[in-house]
Amino acid sequence: MKTFEYTPATEIGEAVGALGPDAAFLAGGTNLVDLMKLGVATPDTLVDINRLPLRDVEELPGGGLRIGAGVRNSDLAAHPVVRRDFPVLSQALLAGASGQLRNMATTGGNLLQRTRCRYFMDMTKPCNKHEPGTGCPAREGDHRNLAILGASEHCVATHPSDMAVALAALDATVHVTGPVGDRTVLFGDLHRLPGDTPHIDTTLEHGELITGVDLPAPSRNSAYRKARDRASYAFAVGSVAAVLDTAEGRIENVRIAWGAVAHKPWRATRAEEALRGQAPTRENFLAAADAELAAAEPLRDNGFKLALLRNMTATVLEGLA
Amino acid sequence: MKLAVNGVEHTLDIDPRTTLLDALREHLHLTGAKKGCDHGQCGACTVLLDGRRVNSCLVLAISQQDAEVTTIEGLSPHPLQEAFQEHDGFQCGYCTPGQICSAAGMLDEAAKGWPSAATPAGEEPTLSDAEIRERMSGNLCRCGAYANMVPAIAEVAGR
Ligand SMILES: Cc1cc2nc3c(=O)[nH]c(=O)nc-3n(C[C@H](O)[C@H](O)[C@H](O)COP(=O)(O)OP(=O)(O)OC[C@H]3O[C@@H](n4cnc5c(N)ncnc54)[C@H](O)[C@@H]3O)c2cc1C
Ligand code: SF4
Repeated sequence: MKTFEYTPATEIGEAVGALGPDAAFLAGGTNLVDLMKLGVATPDTLVDINRLPLRDVEELPGGGLRIGAGVRNSDLAAHPVVRRDFPVLSQALLAGASGQLRNMATTGGNLLQRTRCRYFMDMTKPCNKHEPGTGCPAREGDHRNLAILGASEHCVATHPSDMAVALAALDATVHVTGPVGDRTVLFGDLHRLPGDTPHIDTTLEHGELITGVDLPAPSRNSAYRKARDRASYAFAVGSVAAVLDTAEGRIENVRIAWGAVAHKPWRATRAEEALRGQAPTRENFLAAADAELAAAEPLRDNGFKLALLRNMTATVLEGLA
Repeated sequence: MKLAVNGVEHTLDIDPRTTLLDALREHLHLTGAKKGCDHGQCGACTVLLDGRRVNSCLVLAISQQDAEVTTIEGLSPHPLQEAFQEHDGFQCGYCTPGQICSAAGMLDEAAKGWPSAATPAGEEPTLSDAEIRERMSGNLCRCGAYANMVPAIAEVAGR
């Protein structure tokens, strides 16, 4: 591991101000410390943000929730209001990592965790996400768990978070503060597609700190389902977060997001459009998934994700109908 | 830097790169917590940080100067240790300190009513075998002694 300076911050302004060009914020450290050991992340300074006052979950007028960026994944999953009003979020968190990791992992860090593409995690391999122009060995190599949607010739990585898939389906907003002030980012605009700059994961500027995530009104009829290679403690090979409200036999409101299919949590807007006003039947759910998957461009070894996502989407929505 | 471990405050002169696991093992010679994968994937390094189970291999020691660390040495003697012996909950024993620290943290989480992925939606958790297996999935055992760990943990959970 490269040497670094360690700077604990107790105030938000101090943390943002302390972040030099090669510095990084340290939250739970479960991704950053790992990547530092691997030589993938080489910050010269760690600004520890664990003492910042970002550890609360507050109820907002109108039934929404404000989640501090420092709230641990385990605390958030167990929060009674999250369990009651946003079950998809609690389920997504509990489907991720392990009890030990969730006790350290934070809301902000979970959103900004980096891809698990094996070439990215290995500095002896070329990778456009390490350094643009060096190539993407995954395209012809091991890409079984990589993207089927929104990828580019430069990178086919997936975003590994479960929590982020739920937040995409919940229409969350992200509060950010930085050297040039505060702003609010729509959840769908936080992560980006790789294009020809795959080394950039998000639309945040260097030095911007996520302070919290807001959820709008409750989505009680919601669920998360994750497929993975073993029963627990493994990243998704495909996942579905969904919110569904029906009235008089018709779909009034539907929000669907997919995980492990793209460089960002994938909001299935075409599927949603296809379902609005329709009857909540398995047939319609399958057709909606097909509408979304029409744009898919699977690689040699990940075409199985199409059938997986199609069937999981229909089954999750049927469970909510 | 200072580090409070098992109720004793230590002063250490260490590189900021030192993980909590290495500080415990190499500097304080508390070798109960084991180094398995060193990447948070196996759970052998599990200790309690302010009572909560964590992977000490992914925690920087320097960031924990306000925390109280409990290792298997501090937990001992613990009813989980006896139950693991009684039920043959191990073979080689390498993962056992991590398993026991994890189980101790897990029992506290369950007592607080925390759900797991095995908790049926809308229900309160009970420590069924399926729940114990899911909650302990962050601890791997290469000998595959899981089948005997589950009843050992269930016994201490009062089932
Ligand atoms: C073995 C293993 C299995 C896992 N399995 C899963 C899984 O199944 N599903 C899943 O979703 N995840 C999984 N994870 C990943 C885990 O969820 C993430 O490592 C964790 O959520 C990251 O949070 P953290 O607080 O530890 O972030 P850190 O590691 O501290 O930070 C991650 C990044 O975010 C930046 N950052 C952190 N907080 C902020 C902030 N507030 N503002 C701006 N930047 C910030 C840091 O600078 C860093 O770049 C797994 C991890 C491991 C090691
Ligand atoms: S998919 Fe992206 S992260 Fe993986 S090797 Fe290609 S460029 Fe690197």
